[in-house]
Amino acid sequence: MSQVMLRTTALAKSFTLHLQGGVRIPVLSAIGLDLHSGECIVLSGPSGVGKSTLMRSLYGNYRAESGHILIRHRGEMVDLATADPRTILAVRHETLGYVSQFLRVVPRVPAVDVVAEVPTGRGASQDEARRIATDLLLRLNIPRRLHGLPPATFSGGEQQRVNLARGFIGNHPVLLLDEPTASLDAENRAVVISMINEAKARGTAIIAICHDAEVRDAIADRLFALTPLQDAA
Amino acid sequence: MKGYNFAYLDEQTKRMIRRALLKAVAIPGHQVPFGSREMPLPYGWGTGGIQVTASVLGAGDVLKVIDQGADDTTNAVSIRRFFARTAGVHTTTRTADATVIQTRHRIPEQTLRDDQIIVYQVPQPEPLYRLESSRIETRRMHALADYGLMHVKLYEDIARFGQISISYDYPVMVNRRHLMSPSPIPAFDNPKLHRMPTLQLFGAGREKRIYAIPPWTEVRSLDFDDHPFRPIRAPHPCGLCGATDSYLDEVVIDDRGGRLFVCSDTDHCAERRAAGHVGTEGLKEAAE
Amino acid sequence: MTDETLLSARKLSLSYGMLPALVDVDVDLWPGEMLAVVGESGSGKTTLLNVLSGRLAPDAGAVWYRDPDGHLHDVHAMPAPALRTLHRSDWGFVHQDPRQNLRMNVTAGGNVGERLMAQGARHYGSIREQAIDWLTQVEIDAGRIDDMPRTFSGGMLQRLQIARTLVTHPRLVFMDEPTGSLDVSVQARLLDLIRSLVTRLNIAVVLVTHDIGVARLLAHRIIVMQRGRVVETGLTDQVLDDPQHPYTQLLVSSVLHA
Ligand SMILES: Nc1ncnc2c1ncn2[C@@H]1O[C@H](COP(=O)(O)OP(=O)(O)OP(=O)(O)O)[C@@H](O)[C@H]1O
Ligand SMILES: Nc1ncnc2c1ncn2[C@@H]1O[C@H](COP(=O)(O)OP(=O)(O)OP(=O)(O)O)[C@@H](O)[C@H]1O
Ligand SMILES: [Mg+2]
Ligand SMILES: [Mg+2]
Repeated sequence: MSQVMLRTTALAKSFTLHLQGGVRIPVLSAIGLDLHSGECIVLSGPSGVGKSTLMRSLYGNYRAESGHILIRHRGEMVDLATADPRTILAVRHETLGYVSQFLRVVPRVPAVDVVAEVPTGRGASQDEARRIATDLLLRLNIPRRLHGLPPATFSGGEQQRVNLARGFIGNHPVLLLDEPTASLDAENRAVVISMINEAKARGTAIIAICHDAEVRDAIADRLFALTPLQDAA
Repeated sequence: MKGYNFAYLDEQTKRMIRRALLKAVAIPGHQVPFGSREMPLPYGWGTGGIQVTASVLGAGDVLKVIDQGADDTTNAVSIRRFFARTAGVHTTTRTADATVIQTRHRIPEQTLRDDQIIVYQVPQPEPLYRLESSRIETRRMHALADYGLMHVKLYEDIARFGQISISYDYPVMVNRRHLMSPSPIPAFDNPKLHRMPTLQLFGAGREKRIYAIPPWTEVRSLDFDDHPFRPIRAPHPCGLCGATDSYLDEVVIDDRGGRLFVCSDTDHCAERRAAGHVGTEGLKEAAE
Repeated sequence: MTDETLLSARKLSLSYGMLPALVDVDVDLWPGEMLAVVGESGSGKTTLLNVLSGRLAPDAGAVWYRDPDGHLHDVHAMPAPALRTLHRSDWGFVHQDPRQNLRMNVTAGGNVGERLMAQGARHYGSIREQAIDWLTQVEIDAGRIDDMPRTFSGGMLQRLQIARTLVTHPRLVFMDEPTGSLDVSVQARLLDLIRSLVTRLNIAVVLVTHDIGVARLLAHRIIVMQRGRVVETGLTDQVLDDPQHPYTQLLVSSVLHA
């Protein structure tokens, strides 16, 4: 049986909105989830149930309130719920990739370098990194003439494909994908599906959120259903 | 001269100046503040140098005073006369005969000895003066030997003129520690500062600073490895004595614009001529 | 990943008269790390930067710096010459107003070369070569090397200041609102430049800014200050996307697309 790459136990998350009189919004409670290498779990549940919140918590972008988020990093299980910021950054650098729903663009950096930044950050030469980035962008049907431009002016679908390239180029052992195909046409959806399945075949463990049933069926090994909590407030 | 103490200054003032001199000698190149006195001469006439000279002069000393190398300018003559009157010391124009030499803007050509003292008149003791106007800041720069700025000035010269364009008052590092103004001597004289057997004293009256270079101290002119310091000299022999290694002044010799290069050190020139050396002008005179 | 901090401060406190400008502030900085200090005007950011860099003595607390040989130095107990040496070699300071740092009557090349010369560089040709290299790196045309800074635009002056600071490859740079005096169109370019240079040269940076967008773009970690206290600190994106403290929530909610 393949290795557990990510495991959450009793994970809980709520938001306290101090600007709204301290109202507390519980979102996640007692989340226990095991993710194995080569496996793709798709999070399901109604809008607002907390799918993105769970994914962001797994990435360390949201602070887990209680419970554990264990990830296999350099052969050991590291608890992201309690890890210090530098450890979280190291885990993101080597082990944990994330494709957010929207690309956060860095001004002035051309698309190819947005993507190449990941390999250069790991010591690849600029040329080598750009070559891999170019291949990936081309595979995602970003025309060459756009590679040298900053993605700020790209269409929503183009930006998302740049984001996907950036997420996939690192070959992280664990990959989080938030609506990877939401604004893509059928042709590009197919490309992304095959990229996900290739990654799985390499042993990448994936957690995805996707509303598109066709994509979900094509990539999911199983679903993880979130159910709404009772509002405590 | 009646009514005055020996060498004009009262003993207490001289002691105060000597204390400053001792400190200056102990920290080569470091500017020591002193309580500069009013002198019966205006600033710019070497009141700093005169106070230093007055403090080191003894009854048996023989004094030489030069101004731009010459013993016979008004300035040199009046300072010499001043000490002859107030201290009754012997004076001379011959470098070799002097025990104390006060100078403005030159170092004699003749190599000085360890039984002589040379006193420089200094208008502006602070070498960083033009680059950093704050006294507090320049003092801190000296304290920390933070002299990058001085090199910036040299860098700027080379960038703009292709070479370091400082031709006098060329900054030096004393004993590898203190940046120092050698007073407005020509850069040509700078090499003479280095490991000179003679005690060198510097007095700035208006700025109330004294500094010193003890005998045999290392004194280096600032430069770059690829733009080394080069003492510059007009490419002529002296018209009077034919010297090819002395610093020259250009003088107008007639009303038809005729010019002549002659030794700026008049004593040196005279000595050479007395020893039989002759320049082009001398030859012409002989022919007439 | 090294576990040894480059700079550590513990329990820093400082008051201006009755006004507490720093209260019990702890800071850790690791080599190559970008740390942003954010907070509203008057919250003590500049004061913190000045205390961390040894320019201002705290009433209480200590700042420790680890030199390249691994020795720790109590920054506020260091002799002045040693601190000054640190400031012109291992450390750098980038001011909001580049005129505070640049010599306006010295050419661009002289400005960039000064720190090299202060460290003992004595080869004109190589100083000039490095100045040209750095001007190019900060995207100033090498042809401007002999021009005076007063002929430069605000953005160019700021880039010149950065070249002047980074030329000696400092390990730690303090920046106080480096983009504050520039208009928005120029800011982005400068930020990108800082980001790439600092990453490539593995320089640790303490960056003071009231612009949360700048902090998000540049910093690994963030410190949120309010009235002299650190109210929240952590991973930049976590603090900005999931702020815990009421003040941080206010700060984040008051900017669009932070
Ligand atoms: N940073 C935040 N601060 C406060 N509340 C938040 C924050 N992020 C999410 N929430 C709240 O948590 C709940 C879950 O939101 P989340 O975005 O996780 O839902 P989702 O399942 O991804 O929904 P959708 O399918 O619409 O994307 C919502 O009530 C949302 O308002
Ligand atoms: N030299 C000083 N004397 C007296 N009070 C001072 C002095 N310097 C700063 N302060 C006060 O200390 C507080 C913190 O100032 P500081 O400059 O550190 O704020 P800041 O966070 O950098 O603000 P800004 O974003 O406006 O630059 C302010 O209330 C300020 O008025
Ligand atoms: Mg969502
Ligand atoms: Mg400030």
